[in-house]
Amino acid sequence: MKVFIYPTNSLILSDLVERFGHKPLAMMQVIGKKVRTQGLDSPPLNVTPEDPKFGLKYAAVEVPSGVRGRMALFDPLLTQAEAAVVVVDPVLSFGCQGCARTNELVNFLLRGKKIPLLRLDYPKDEEEAKLFVYKISEFLKSLKPEEVKK
Amino acid sequence: MTVTETPVRIAELSCGAEYSGIQPEIDSAVKQVNAVMVYPEVETSEIETIEEELGLKVASPDLKLMMARAKSIVTGKVHVDAVFISTCFRCAEAAIVRSEVRRYINENTRIPVISYSFTERTTAATLLTRMEALTTTARRKSLLAREKQTGITAGIDSGSTTTKCVVMKDNKIIGKGWVPTIKVLESADEAFNNAMKEAGVTRSDIQALGTTGYGRFLIGEHLKADLMQEEITVNSKGAVYLAEKQKGPATVLDIGGMDNKAISVLDGIPGMFTMGGICAGASGRFLEMTAKRLGVEITKLGALAIEGDAKNVKMNSYCIVFGIQSLVNNLAAGCTPQDVAAAACHSVAEQLFEQQLQEVDVKEPVIMVGGTALIEGLPKAVEELLKLKVIVPPNAQYIGAVGAALLSSGFISK
Repeated sequence: MKVFIYPTNSLILSDLVERFGHKPLAMMQVIGKKVRTQGLDSPPLNVTPEDPKFGLKYAAVEVPSGVRGRMALFDPLLTQAEAAVVVVDPVLSFGCQGCARTNELVNFLLRGKKIPLLRLDYPKDEEEAKLFVYKISEFLKSLKPEEVKK
Repeated sequence: MTVTETPVRIAELSCGAEYSGIQPEIDSAVKQVNAVMVYPEVETSEIETIEEELGLKVASPDLKLMMARAKSIVTGKVHVDAVFISTCFRCAEAAIVRSEVRRYINENTRIPVISYSFTERTTAATLLTRMEALTTTARRKSLLAREKQTGITAGIDSGSTTTKCVVMKDNKIIGKGWVPTIKVLESADEAFNNAMKEAGVTRSDIQALGTTGYGRFLIGEHLKADLMQEEITVNSKGAVYLAEKQKGPATVLDIGGMDNKAISVLDGIPGMFTMGGICAGASGRFLEMTAKRLGVEITKLGALAIEGDAKNVKMNSYCIVFGIQSLVNNLAAGCTPQDVAAAACHSVAEQLFEQQLQEVDVKEPVIMVGGTALIEGLPKAVEELLKLKVIVPPNAQYIGAVGAALLSSGFISK
């Protein structure tokens, strides 16, 4: 299955999802695609003023352009998501989303999708960390593995 | 500016610029003023502790990064000549951080700071004047420290509505020219000739010439000016010079025909400033239209406003179209022209207060300059809102031209 991860740039979450046979939906893929696409757009992210306009799909014009620009990047991830793992209040090194308003909107939209969703707090010590990984792995195991394309 | 000058190092403290798609516009404006953007390096641990250190708790990690970067500038961990703080327009959390970070840097360093809130429509052209002022303040401190005009110099201020010129000799204005801006070059020539005629000098007597305002580059090239400078630094200098407040802090307010400037000045050098140009309802144009509707000359609007009371008029819009409509409705409902004139002045002052003065630290003396400062009702409305005395110096409408003449005298010895 295609599993949305939050924070969407968490390498640990992305790795865990892959280990259990699913496809992680991570921000690195979207940004990577933007950067690799040849064009005259803006390096390094190649976000152009057209992206915040596309973000109007998710938020009205009075919502800051930075939120709408980010939502334009989230769009393919949200559209494809079949399941999601959301970590609440992680430390910066675990993965970080720059804008709190975007994060609120993304989490709200995920809930509205009615997909299998695991929401758990970031662990504070080793014991909690073990339980954290266990819960994620059990959740991922419960999902139907991504079909291998023939 | 010459290309051999060392590029000015501007620290970019921003949130959302990249995701709004406007980072190339910022980079382009910076390149045009021979500056480079730097992004102060910080440790992750510094981002995690910055809220406690500054005492401001925020939800967005990019804003925490902004605060941590500000700290690395204040503590001298990174060396920069100027700071550009920008966040998304309409983001409340970012507006608070932007304001506090700007204040934090201003209180702890002498590094010039400018803040700006952008949308995806922000262009390099919009940012250019601001970046030019920022780099000038950083690069030309010795020029800006000049307190007296020497020799015979002239300054031309090519504004969106009027073109002003002064000729100065040994620290005194000896000739003035003031014409409506129709064709930029022709209007400049006319104002310049009028000023020289009044001063009794010819072009060859003028030892140095400075230009400012929208047409500064075009006129500067045309008349072979020694100094072509944006209006923020020039107006600050002209304001404190004419108001005789060159030492210590001051706040300069300039409501122009197309945009407004609010500049926080220390010893004649701008520290923080904002430049608004989004709404015509907050500009001199609004007052011009009000005067027209009331059937009075713009020069008479101020005296009319002084006699009126803005509280008697209900205005439901700041907009130049709907605001004027509102004034017309009030006239139809029996309000006096005096009250309507006062309400128009109050409307412009209130917008300046709400949208720009929150972006700079207002410190006395507050000096109002530009042609609109002569509309007496306007400084009065600003005084009522700020609850302090506003100074309108003599020749306030020539502020840019005087500033340009004063600064250009620094080029005489060359």
